[in-house]
Amino acid sequence: MLDRTDAEAISRRVRRRILSTIHSAGAGHAGGSLSSVEILVALYFDVLRLDAANPKWPQRDRFILSKGHASSALYSVLVERGLMESDLLRSFGRIDSELQVHPDMHRLEWVEISTGSLGQGLSVGVGTALGARLTGSDFATYVLLGDGECQEGQVWEAAMAAAHYRLDSLVAIVDSNQAQLTGRTSDVMDICPLRDKWAAFGWDVVEADGNDVIAIRQALLVARGSRGRPSVVIAHTTKGKGVSFMEVGGHTWHGRVPTAHELDLALAELSDAGRSKGGEPRECN
Amino acid sequence: MSATDDVVSTREAFGKTLASLAKENARIVALDADLASSTRMSYFRDAVPERFIQVGIAEQNMVGIAAGLAHTGLIPFCGSFATFISRRACDQVALLVGHTRLNVKLVGAYGGLVSGNNGATHQAVEDIAIMRAIPNIVVLEPADDIEMGMAVEAAIEYEGPVYLRCTRDPWPRVSPPGYRFRIGKAACAAEGSDVTFVCSGMMVSQCIEAAERLSCEGVSAEVINCATIKPLDAEMILSSVRKTGAVVTAENASVIGGLGGAVAELLGSELLSPTVRVGLQDEYGECGDNVSLLHKYGMDVEHLVEAAGKAMRLRDQRSGAKHR
Repeated sequence: MLDRTDAEAISRRVRRRILSTIHSAGAGHAGGSLSSVEILVALYFDVLRLDAANPKWPQRDRFILSKGHASSALYSVLVERGLMESDLLRSFGRIDSELQVHPDMHRLEWVEISTGSLGQGLSVGVGTALGARLTGSDFATYVLLGDGECQEGQVWEAAMAAAHYRLDSLVAIVDSNQAQLTGRTSDVMDICPLRDKWAAFGWDVVEADGNDVIAIRQALLVARGSRGRPSVVIAHTTKGKGVSFMEVGGHTWHGRVPTAHELDLALAELSDAGRSKGGEPRECN
Repeated sequence: MSATDDVVSTREAFGKTLASLAKENARIVALDADLASSTRMSYFRDAVPERFIQVGIAEQNMVGIAAGLAHTGLIPFCGSFATFISRRACDQVALLVGHTRLNVKLVGAYGGLVSGNNGATHQAVEDIAIMRAIPNIVVLEPADDIEMGMAVEAAIEYEGPVYLRCTRDPWPRVSPPGYRFRIGKAACAAEGSDVTFVCSGMMVSQCIEAAERLSCEGVSAEVINCATIKPLDAEMILSSVRKTGAVVTAENASVIGGLGGAVAELLGSELLSPTVRVGLQDEYGECGDNVSLLHKYGMDVEHLVEAAGKAMRLRDQRSGAKHR
């Protein structure tokens, strides 16, 4: 298990990789990638059952990045975890690249399923969880969604089905960063109260500070321990987390690529000597 | 052709065949969005209830769950009306089935105009066009119960996405004794030399009847049962059209983008005035800058010039004329 010092150092390195990658490619989604960092670090370092030598190990836990636009965070965590060569990040979004801006399962073996059209990943997770039951496997399925993504009706179709089939091997994680492409989530289409919605659909709900590896890891382990019901971790995060001007900018950093100057400022803030000036995550309920 | 009493609808043949095969193959699972009695997946539900998954009235979720099940090595069949599986769940079919190439079988019951007098909301007229336009999906529309039974078997053996279209009501049987269905192979249901019918589904029996009527008028019509709409059996269609020089396509669907569209595309490219079609060649794009993308996918100026040259060469070869 990572200790706090290591977890924070890894998260800073991941953020530096994310921003350098997006800047270099001129494409990608900074805000929602930065908010997801600690969730992905906790998953890939401490929670997911995986075999580093065999991405397709049948007993591996399945992770589905339903918010596919956070691909740069996933790729950067794979590099830090030693599952992918760091050189590959330079090809992000370029022609013939393994690293599509929205992840492609046929190009990168660590991508479980291709995603990018929001609202679809949880249904696939219901399918892999049912598949585990039907094939007598004991792997867990984790699905990471955005909070804006929860505006998609299909998410709730899947939520209903997961509870109906008592899929306790399924864990959903909502990266609740409170912002989406065109504005604050509460302004665009308010999804609060999120906890009550998931609970009403028959899910066990755990809430945690999603930008604290230790806290989110604990929440994920609690969620994995649920019996007879699927569980969701509502991860309270900050869009653009770790870079002061991106945290303030919120939704404006959903799909904007940092300029060279902005990248320099961000990397300075994210240096191991610098300090993260992150604010407290805003609560939903 | 024989309209015997024991002929059943293609949906009935689908349901019975799937249930029977599922008893022997534990990888087959069935998903239903509350239409099992209409799609005849009810036979599966009664035969192997432990592998029957009811998702409620939620087609988008059904296709997503099927993708997840296929991901674990199972062979999921998703049943719905052709309207809903193609239109309601279109994005899920495109991205979670087409793009992923997962082994999902999509079943559209109540295909086309003749769908039990439910009216426009339940008449699937563009489902074939939608499924054809999505890369990696095999599109099948068997003509009768015999062919449907074989198509279900073939769909299970085939590793990858398949769309299987059924009709609600029984239509005359057209499969001759000893007929073997194969994905990608059309069948000549009647030989002729004056005009070619290219048809699928229940329109095959209609076309055979039309051919019989034409023969009374001294016209010899060929009928091609094109049960695989994608990939199209170009060889058989072209060889027939080379012989007859006149084509009628017939389908229980819109003339745009379906079987008629497929045949028109084929003939435009291969036989009549040469048509070279520039654009994405039934594939998906990827990341890259615009210049690289247009180049890689053959849509830049260079490729347009080549396409024009190719079209003119084809024209000249055909007319024997020498331009320039």
